[in-house]
This record gives sequence, structure tokens and C-alpha cells, in this order.
Amino acid sequence: MIRVEQLVKTFGEVKAVRDISFQVEQGEIFAFLGPNGAGKTTTIKMLTTLLKPTSGTVELDGLDPTVSSNEARKRFGIVFQDPSLDDQLTAYENMGLHAALYKVPRHVRRERIERLLKLFELWDRRDDGVKQFSGGMRRRLEIARSLLHTPKIIFLDEPTLGLDPQTRNQMWTLVKKLNQDEGVTVFLTTHYMEEAERVAQRVAIIDHGQIIAQGTPQELKLQTGTESLEQAFLALTGSAIRDEEATAADTMRAMARIWSGRK
Amino acid sequence: MNAIYILWIRQLKRYVRSRARVVGSLGQPLLFLLGLGFGLGPTFRRAGEGDYIQFLAPGVIGMTILFTAIFSGIELIWDRQFGFLKETLVAPVSRTAIMFGRTLGGATVAVFQGLIVLVICLLAGFRVHDLRVIPVAFVFMILIGIMFTALGTAIASTMADFQGFQLVMNFLVMPIFFLSGALFPLTNVPKVLGFLAAVDPLSYGVDGMRTSFIGIAHFGMATDFAVLSILTAVFLAIGSYMFSRIQL
Ligand SMILES: Nc1ncnc2c1ncn2[C@@H]1O[C@H](COP(=O)(O)OP(=O)(O)OP(=O)(O)O)[C@@H](O)[C@H]1O
Ligand SMILES: [Mg+2]
Repeated sequence: MIRVEQLVKTFGEVKAVRDISFQVEQGEIFAFLGPNGAGKTTTIKMLTTLLKPTSGTVELDGLDPTVSSNEARKRFGIVFQDPSLDDQLTAYENMGLHAALYKVPRHVRRERIERLLKLFELWDRRDDGVKQFSGGMRRRLEIARSLLHTPKIIFLDEPTLGLDPQTRNQMWTLVKKLNQDEGVTVFLTTHYMEEAERVAQRVAIIDHGQIIAQGTPQELKLQTGTESLEQAFLALTGSAIRDEEATAADTMRAMARIWSGRK
Repeated sequence: MNAIYILWIRQLKRYVRSRARVVGSLGQPLLFLLGLGFGLGPTFRRAGEGDYIQFLAPGVIGMTILFTAIFSGIELIWDRQFGFLKETLVAPVSRTAIMFGRTLGGATVAVFQGLIVLVICLLAGFRVHDLRVIPVAFVFMILIGIMFTALGTAIASTMADFQGFQLVMNFLVMPIFFLSGALFPLTNVPKVLGFLAAVDPLSYGVDGMRTSFIGIAHFGMATDFAVLSILTAVFLAIGSYMFSRIQL
């Protein structure tokens, strides 16, 4: 369903994605895990026509998103890592706009929007401006919206970011159900390893723009001799903070500067 | 088509819902109309140029449309920062359609603001020489509305945040306004100024409106219409092209 080969993306000097390859089968729940700045979002952007790869190929449902963008776009839904709602509009209007952009047939629009808003417990607030929504409500609305055009694939970039445990739990239950009942392929990222372990059939771990391991959660645990996916993840990626490409030596120098009181 | 329509509607909804913006953006034209109009009026008359309010009103309407339209285009930066842009860019709709929808929405808002200012001008004593010409003036309003929204969109497509906005205001939008003959007649101005006015797209919009409203022409209505039509098409093309190149 998704095929990525020797994919590379550089932003000037920054090598965000360095030659990664992987495949996601139809009907699979695939977790793409990695520390901050590993290149997860960049990969998703290339898969979803928002960014052009520097080199390498991507394929969605047999289509090349860089060439047949619109055909590819019809096939996936996406929940972005950052907000993407129009907060001047109401929840219902945000859904309606999406339905129109994706040409959801008119006769099913109302009913489908109602069903999704009810599912995510937003129906009572449908006519309120998104501006008045809490972070969790916004997130739920984005997830509901991504399903409106019944995509074959959904990309969930940290969908549970900022959600409380109840909603997170409910959301993953829903994703699993959708996957089982409708055969929707799910490509997700999350920093909650227990969530990935719970829902994902297969996992790839990316660090510094490179895939360092992939397999079922079970395989990764065996490979690292650990008990949980979280431990396996830490064993594979180390426990240093990666955001800025600071090496341990850099960190020590920075500390030394602070201690000695110089700028 | 559907997409153009829905994005057009979205712009209008956002406009109607931000009353502060509607009222706020009327302050400046009002100031120009009343301050300059009544302040310079006597001097203008003594110079034998007639009633300044008559002369100024089309200019102030043009200014309103220019500012609102550019700002509507620049609104793209908001959408980028608040994230909504992503939602439109992953939708199975051509970038051109998205750009057209946004631009038509922005232009509609700009023309509407222009009409409000026209009404204010009429209340302040502006007299149209023949009511039947209002539709003709309206055509010019629409043309400059679309043209400048497209220009704003083209510029905003290249900017990730508002840091360059001041630059655009001071070195592009203000000169377009001041050099357009919105405030003063272009007859007998120094050659350089005359040249600058002739390359300023707004000059043709103001001249077109002035000709239709009060019958005073500088370039002539046919020239105005031809130049504006061509420029509108060109700016739409440039805007679409820049917009299609946006990567997030
Ligand atoms: N538009 C951009 N311009 C320059 N550098 C970028 C850009 N987008 C991402 N990067 C860099 O690419 C690298 C990967 O970023 P990316 O957002 O893909 O990480 P991520 O795995 O999604 O991280 P997180 O878990 O924090 O969301 C980072 O070093 C980031 O700074
Ligand atoms: Mg990310």
C-alpha cells in the first residue's frame, strides 16, 4: 500500500531523511517511531504531497504522489502533528469544507458528518467556533475530519498529542476498529510506546533520518532482549536527547560554560 | 469549481465574523477622505482644480480596495501559521483552484469594503455625475480587487512569516498608493512622477473609477480597462504559479 525506496530529504545543510526504505502492506497498522527530529514528519510530508523528495521514490496505492498528486490525495486522510483547523469556522463548517474539497457526495455528507461528530462526542458542539474548543476537542475534530472522505490510508502524526488517557484509549480503539472493519491502512507516529505496542502490527524505528530497525513489536523485543517496546526503543536509540544534533561532548562544553559563568 | 466556491465562501465567512477588522480597516480611508478632503479642499479649489472631495473619493475607494486586497492575499501567511493551509494543500484539488478560490474571496471582501467607502463618500458630499455609470466603476473595482489580491497571494507564497510584511507595506503597497494619482492630478506632474504613475497598476484603476464617476480622465477608460485586464490576468498567473510552488 505504501512503498518507500531510498528516500532522501535535505533542507540545505540538514539531512532530515537519509536514504530510507520500507513498505506498508494493505490493511496494516504501521507505527513509525523515533526520537524528536528523527524525520518522521518529513517522511509523512513527502508521502502526502506536501514536500518533494530530494531523491528516492515513494508510492501510495500504486501511485506516485509526486506525479499523480490528486489521485493520491483522494486515497489518504491525514491528521497533522500541528493544528490545521480553521478556528474562525465552526466544527460543522470545518467538516463541511473538507467534504466539499474531497467531493463527498452531497446526499451522504450530512449523515456522515453527523455520525463522525457523534462518534467523537462533538455533535453537541457542532455549531460552536473552533476557537472556543479545548486542545482535546480540536484534536478529536481533526481526527473525525480525516475520516470524512473514507480514505484507504490514514496518516496519524502524533494523533494523541495533548489528549487525556480516556480519549487516547478511545481513539486507538476506534482506529483498530476502523482497521479491522474497513481494512483501512494506518500509518502512525507517536511518542507513547505503549500505544504503538498496543495497536501496531509492525514498527519501524527511525533515528537521525535513518531506519535502524523494523519488524513486529515482538521481533524488536526479541532482537534487543527487552520486555517492552519502550525498552526496545531506548535500547535501539539510546537515551540521549536528540533534538539538536548535540553530541555528548557539545553538551559537556555547554555545561562547562554555564558553570564557569561565561556567555 | 466546487472547491473555488467553498474557499470563496470561507473567505466571506471569515470577513463577516471579524467585525473589528471590518471597522478597523475603514479608519484609514475615512481619515484620508475627511482629513485630506476637507483640509486640502480650499487649496485645491483656489488652484482652479474644482472640488477636492469629488477628485479624492475615487482615489480613496481605490486605496481601500488596494489595502484590503493585499491584506487578503497576505492572509495566506496566517493560514500557513495557523495550519489551515495544510488542509487545503493535501486536498484532491488543484493548487490553481485553491488559489483562485482564495483570491476571489479576498477580492470580494476588498470590493465590498470599497463599496462601503463609496457610500461614506456619498454621505460626505461626493456626487456621481450619472448613477448609470456606477456599474462601470464597479467593473474597475473588481479588476483592482482581483489584481491586488493575486499580488498579495504571490508575495505571501514566498513568505513563511510576517517578518517581511513591513517591507512589503513600505516599499510596495504605500508607493503603489501614493504614486497612483489617488491623491493628486497626474497632469503637469514632474516627468519622473508621471512615469512612475504610468507603471503603477493602481493608477489605471483610480483613473477608470474617476472617469466613470465624475468624467475626469487621464489615460482614458479604454486604456484603463485594457491595462487592468491584462495585468489582472498576469498577476493571477504569477500568483497561481507562486502558490503552486509552496512546500510546507
Ligand atoms: N522546513 C524545514 N526546514 C529546515 N529543516 C527542517 C524543516 N522541516 C524539518 N526540518 C528538520 O528536519 C529534521 C526532521 O524533522 P521532522 O519534523 O521530520 O522530525 P520528527 O521526527 O517529526 O520529530 P518530532 O517527533 O519532534 O515531531 C529536524 O532536524 C528538523 O529540524
Ligand atoms: Mg514530527
